[in-house]
Amino acid sequence: MVELKGLIIDNPKDGIFRVHRSAMTSPEILQMEQERVFNKCWLYLCHESEVENPGDYRRRNVAGRPLFFVRGSDGKVRVFLNTCTHRGALICRRDQGNTEVLQCFYHAWTFNNQGELIGVPDEAGYGKGFNRAEMGLKSPPRVDNYRGFIFVSFNPDVEDLVTYLAGARDYIDLIVDQAEEGMRMIPGSNRYSIKANWKLLVENSLDGYHVKPTHKTYFEYVTSLGIRSSAVQTAFGRPARALGNGHAVEEHDGVRGRPIARWSPLFGEETKEEIARIRARLVEKFGEQRTRLMADVSRNLLVYPNLIIIDSIDITVRIFWPITPALMEVTAWQLAPKEEKSELLARRLDNFLTFHGPGGFATPDDVEAIESCQAGYKAEGVEWSELSRGMHREAIAEDELQLRAFWRQWYGYMLGLGQVDTRDPVVRERSSVAS
Amino acid sequence: MPEARLGGNDNSVPTLREEVEDFLYQEAALLDEWRLDEWLALFTVDARYVVPTTDLPEGDPKKELVFIDDDMVRLRARVERLKSRHGHREYPWSRTRRFITNVRVKRLEGANIFVTSSFLVYRFRMGDTSPYVGWYEHRLKQADRELKIYHKRTVLDMETLREHGAVSIIL
Repeated sequence: MVELKGLIIDNPKDGIFRVHRSAMTSPEILQMEQERVFNKCWLYLCHESEVENPGDYRRRNVAGRPLFFVRGSDGKVRVFLNTCTHRGALICRRDQGNTEVLQCFYHAWTFNNQGELIGVPDEAGYGKGFNRAEMGLKSPPRVDNYRGFIFVSFNPDVEDLVTYLAGARDYIDLIVDQAEEGMRMIPGSNRYSIKANWKLLVENSLDGYHVKPTHKTYFEYVTSLGIRSSAVQTAFGRPARALGNGHAVEEHDGVRGRPIARWSPLFGEETKEEIARIRARLVEKFGEQRTRLMADVSRNLLVYPNLIIIDSIDITVRIFWPITPALMEVTAWQLAPKEEKSELLARRLDNFLTFHGPGGFATPDDVEAIESCQAGYKAEGVEWSELSRGMHREAIAEDELQLRAFWRQWYGYMLGLGQVDTRDPVVRERSSVAS
Repeated sequence: MPEARLGGNDNSVPTLREEVEDFLYQEAALLDEWRLDEWLALFTVDARYVVPTTDLPEGDPKKELVFIDDDMVRLRARVERLKSRHGHREYPWSRTRRFITNVRVKRLEGANIFVTSSFLVYRFRMGDTSPYVGWYEHRLKQADRELKIYHKRTVLDMETLREHGAVSIIL
């Protein structure tokens, strides 16, 4: 049995925070994560816009479990475990589609798109103990929707979703409120694997420190298109924040512009008027201060444990699941306002492709970086990964406060402590002085 | 030195398909040999290079998510990146071998030639083998007695980039 105590050194007195590298390499730890993290938390499944019309369905794995979600003929979105209540075969065997009924191909049991069992061949073959009404498709113990983002939990006793989201809720609001008619997931997704521990992608997705050295070629490309390199170089000036329950955010100035709503030369003159119109609408609805937060600031948000929303020129939604300690499967989508005009949508997609996509100028290097870390662990001999940056001071964006927030919560779950205070002691002290 | 033409007498005129095949094989060789500037010169100035996602092979880059949608500015930047020691996923370069088969000339429209072919691109790096399998649509144009690409679409057959992690090479 692996010893969990001591996997993390959290020593504010000397400003030292370290994670034992077995957290990234041990199969036993992965197995415990399944029980203690993924079976305990709320987990992101989908965005409601992915099943827009009655009968629309999609299948998707969450924490290794095959699920599917479907908008019933009654208009309600339901989530089901993808297994026949008869003998277990997968019910939903296409990635997506539209249907009124789902029939298991094995013995032709038939369910409607609300999960009820409506057809059993030769039903007379079953005795009086067989109750068809009880044999409908089963849902995960908890399913909830926060402003279009649908989460599931395999923990029947999990707190309600809004409470769970804690400070991350406000950041989801900042994103969703950008749209006038609601958000939608753009068709097409990026599905790729990384030969690294899943927690390394949590770190990488929130890490401001790596951006300049790792993504040099991306910034060369952007500056070649007319963004001042000095602006890019000073763009990462905002301190990250722990948002409670392991959620965290890293923010930076949106100097490359944002379709909502800060024009930049990258977008072309023809989009200037539309962006100004969107900004005016935001100011009217939310006031100057909140508009500045929504429209001038870009952010990488972690919804613990493994949902990343990158709200920059584009809005990337990224989820990843461990397969082995050294392999994860990643899926990424693009979120956009339903009403967005084609020119701005094109700029949004451009940014996804050039930065966040696996065919872009940045993400492949992130993949390389974390695979390189995983490969390096095999050297053993160096037992600890170092995550102390900025622990002794008021953290800046290039510090690692947000990574420590994730790791403290991970440690809390692994030790069975549940939710813990994930803030750096410096931040804790300041807020206690303030109160 | 001019290349010897095998399998025909000196007077035989190559068929259009043979010409197109030679062109595709030459393109593949330039990429396998990482002669990327020469490869770039195969394109017209208004060309486009598109790789759709694995789950939406018919994806329209204007309104749907794709892996790659390069005009020549971005394609040149892609080449520059691949030549840089800061393009970490391909520094050092992977070894690749491209196999192109089933070449079909589908349609002619004036000087434009629509060609489809099947490909298998093996990529080897850091102990990993990652095969990319799929089909190409090349739209070629006859200009100054030379073929040029004005549109290349690379459609992948794999369900995910499971072995690959990225599309870090040019496909």
